[in-house]
Amino acid sequence: MHRYRFILLRPLQLVPVLFGISIITFVLVRLIPGDPARVLLGTRATPSAIANIRAQYGLDDPIWVQYLYFLKNLGAGEMGKSVVYKIDVLRLIATRIEPTLALVVAGVVLTLVIAVPFAALSARRQGRAADHAVRIVSTAGLGFPAFWLGMMLILLFSVRLDWLPVAGYGESFSERLQHMILPGLTIALSLSAIITRSLRAGMIAGLSSDVATAARARGMPENVVFWRHVVPNAVVPTVNLLAVNIGWLIGGTVVVESVFAVPGLGQLMVRAIFSRDYMVVQGVALAFALATVLTNFLADILTVALDPRVEM
Amino acid sequence: MSLLSLSLPLRARIGRRPMLAMGLAILGGFVALALLAPLIAPFDPILQDAGAKLLPPSWDHPFGTDNFGRDVFSRVLWGTRIDLQIAVLGVVFPFLIGTGVGTVAGFFGGWVDAVLMRVIDVVLAFPFLVLMLSIIAILGPGLASFYIAMALVGWVSYARLIRAQILVLKSQDFAVAAASLGFSRLRIMFRHLLPNALAGSLVFVMSDAVLVLLNGASISYLGLGVQPPVAEWGVMVAEAQGFISQAWWITLFPGLAIVTLAFGFSLTGDALADLMGVHE
Repeated sequence: MHRYRFILLRPLQLVPVLFGISIITFVLVRLIPGDPARVLLGTRATPSAIANIRAQYGLDDPIWVQYLYFLKNLGAGEMGKSVVYKIDVLRLIATRIEPTLALVVAGVVLTLVIAVPFAALSARRQGRAADHAVRIVSTAGLGFPAFWLGMMLILLFSVRLDWLPVAGYGESFSERLQHMILPGLTIALSLSAIITRSLRAGMIAGLSSDVATAARARGMPENVVFWRHVVPNAVVPTVNLLAVNIGWLIGGTVVVESVFAVPGLGQLMVRAIFSRDYMVVQGVALAFALATVLTNFLADILTVALDPRVEM
Repeated sequence: MSLLSLSLPLRARIGRRPMLAMGLAILGGFVALALLAPLIAPFDPILQDAGAKLLPPSWDHPFGTDNFGRDVFSRVLWGTRIDLQIAVLGVVFPFLIGTGVGTVAGFFGGWVDAVLMRVIDVVLAFPFLVLMLSIIAILGPGLASFYIAMALVGWVSYARLIRAQILVLKSQDFAVAAASLGFSRLRIMFRHLLPNALAGSLVFVMSDAVLVLLNGASISYLGLGVQPPVAEWGVMVAEAQGFISQAWWITLFPGLAIVTLAFGFSLTGDALADLMGVHE
């Protein structure tokens, strides 16, 4: 089992990164000009609230002591209160995780649904017309702005065809599923452009690999060789590529949530920036950074589990 | 790249590569449009005309008009100036900072390298757009804030690329020879190592320009970058969103402009990678 030893070691290596993340989020808010208590509480704060926050965050102490206060509060799950929503930032974030998570999952699932068949088509007809078409479309796809793509999908599927809801999130599970299709598709189309290229390269390498040759020598039909031996091996590096792009994916959800009015973390962050709700901006940035680190860690575990040759 | 192809005139080398030719043609076309916008735009991009609201595309208004009666074609043309500037300046600052940091980290190694690499790890731990938005939240919305945020976040990719190259190059014979001749570290770093390390980043510049363009337009779409009434493609799409069911043309054309410009950068980048034998 020592291949999995890194699961215990990696969190230790992550400690400096986690400290770095906490320092950046701390410094970001402290860089805002003006009295930090006023910045955090808004202009209409009462004197007693200001006195409270001064004590809680040690705002009269030197900056490094303030950082220790910040860490202590963080350790206690205390991320301050939202000026706009008047509730704890942590609770506010908790209520917004589900739509964002649903969007990411929908995006990744639809990405695979789109990318695998196109990469397969392209790889099996390497150098032919279909291959060139897929490559040109995926090159162009890299440059599609998500906000515009989303609106084009709304125009087609909601305005013209009237198949799907324009925006929002819905109440019941089936409503929410419907509301996730267009935002998920927006993310998937952008992400497929990246994933298709990598999958195609992996499949082309796989088609001439020893495994494929051996399978053909045993008289296996080309279709079976492809789907049973080539595709699974091409998917492993793609898992990692998805994880490397998780930051990009999260950035995409921020924009897509604004286009489709999905009440997730990204929309929360953008609105908090406009309303100068800095505790919320800080909290969401922290949550997104932690999610990125965690996703990369999970992807490493998945890669080791999927491919017996990999050592971390 | 072989010596033979190097000795060919530039035109012949480009002519043999349709992707490069097409990419450069698109980029050149946008530069020309940006320069000529005041001459060829039929209308003032911010002039409102209450009598010409939401008109569909026609001979007078090839891309139609928006809800303020502004000519969408003229606005897309003028937008070329801003969005091209975003793609160029948004790449230049991170490139310069990242190249400097990467060269120093790779050359000196040791604790300098260790510290810089940890800083890079931390910056990379944040989703790119989220860190940019956090910085813009502090600085306040605007194009200047976008450039500052871009520089603060974007340098890490260049630093990593250059550092990796310098690490390989610094132990090669020519670098050792330069050191044994007693050249200063500064001279070895920037005159001997850096020019040889740049190929990979110059290719990356092109694919980065696509990301920067999309970021700039997205942040402007969110209302945190370029501010209305300036004609910028992301701003135009944002302003058009409320009219999507009545006037598709206000949304369609600025988006197509982004897609085309980005395609120009991607094609050029792919062709350059091919030409220089660099694989990303």
